[in-house]
Amino acid sequence: MIIANRKPFEEIKAMVAPFNRILILGCGTCVTVDFSGGEKQVGILAAELRMARQLEGKPLETVEHTVQRQCEWEFIDPIADMVRSVDAVLSMACGVGVQAMAERYPDKIVLPALNTVMMGMPIEAGVFVERCAGCGNCVLALTGGICPIARCSKNLLNGPCGGSQNGKCEVNPEIDCAWHLIYEKLKAMGRLDALMEIMGPKDWRPAGGGGPRKIVREEERLEFMEM
Amino acid sequence: MEYQPEITLFTCIYCGYMAADTAGALRIQYPPNTKLIRFPCTGKLDVRYILEAFEKGADGVMVVACPIGNCHHFHGNVQATRRVQYAKKLLDEIGLGGERLEIFYMSGGQGGTFANAVSTMVERLKKIGPNPLKNGFKPK
Repeated sequence: MIIANRKPFEEIKAMVAPFNRILILGCGTCVTVDFSGGEKQVGILAAELRMARQLEGKPLETVEHTVQRQCEWEFIDPIADMVRSVDAVLSMACGVGVQAMAERYPDKIVLPALNTVMMGMPIEAGVFVERCAGCGNCVLALTGGICPIARCSKNLLNGPCGGSQNGKCEVNPEIDCAWHLIYEKLKAMGRLDALMEIMGPKDWRPAGGGGPRKIVREEERLEFMEM
Repeated sequence: MEYQPEITLFTCIYCGYMAADTAGALRIQYPPNTKLIRFPCTGKLDVRYILEAFEKGADGVMVVACPIGNCHHFHGNVQATRRVQYAKKLLDEIGLGGERLEIFYMSGGQGGTFANAVSTMVERLKKIGPNPLKNGFKPK
């Protein structure tokens, strides 16, 4: 899922300073699961902003709502009346949701309350780690299911580098060396021969090096084709 | 008239509430400034409840939990502690001040400790002064 982090309160407060009535819009998918932008976080941020503004003598009216997914038209179309009734929308979705709202409601100011950080997963309650970098050309078959792009600080394809010390990364001793993990995993599985395959220079175009990416599934499209 | 802080007190039905009950049974006097709200466990404490109490005009919020290691649900009081720490940070950001919120730990037999905790909080809140959101503030 997409993992995000709430922006500092001061930054959010400054963004909404010019407005008197805002919609704080949560998203019910990824950012709900990572506790950054779900219904509960919408309630907390709304209460915080109302109280802070009240203390400043400039009361803020908030409308709180959470849609199932902010990144799909079908979920954000039904809230048009709500959006119309406010001065600005403070989106607690990832960057995709913020842009979807800004595109669907072009006359409305849409502000991001979160910093979108990574694609990852919770390894325990409240701890989230990066697992995929969306590079567009998966190599997990060769690396024992451990990604050297997302989990090696240098994205090495034939690692480890000289900075791998006792299984830890030289960038930060809290980070496990991905190539150490890959070696141990393949060794335990008796698959060390997988490391004999040299991975050539990576084509970074599918990773975004060729500009913004787009995927079209012709079999799913509804537009009539010219036959 | 002297300012009397209003305190919302969140407690679990085990140690916390029993400590309040013991204080009563032992006829221990403590300031009458608290409004008790019982949870099945302080692990049910939510940052939203704390903020709502302040938004509706509470001068302070107290959480009374079982001693660490003695929670009937293993670690509800640890989770409550973490949420209190987080809510303190939020209260500082808002400008109300995190010192208006505190968590106390005690077992069911400690009626005197309960009374002391309430007195401590009342004294602290008298020094801080009333919740500035209290007068004329209408939540949405």
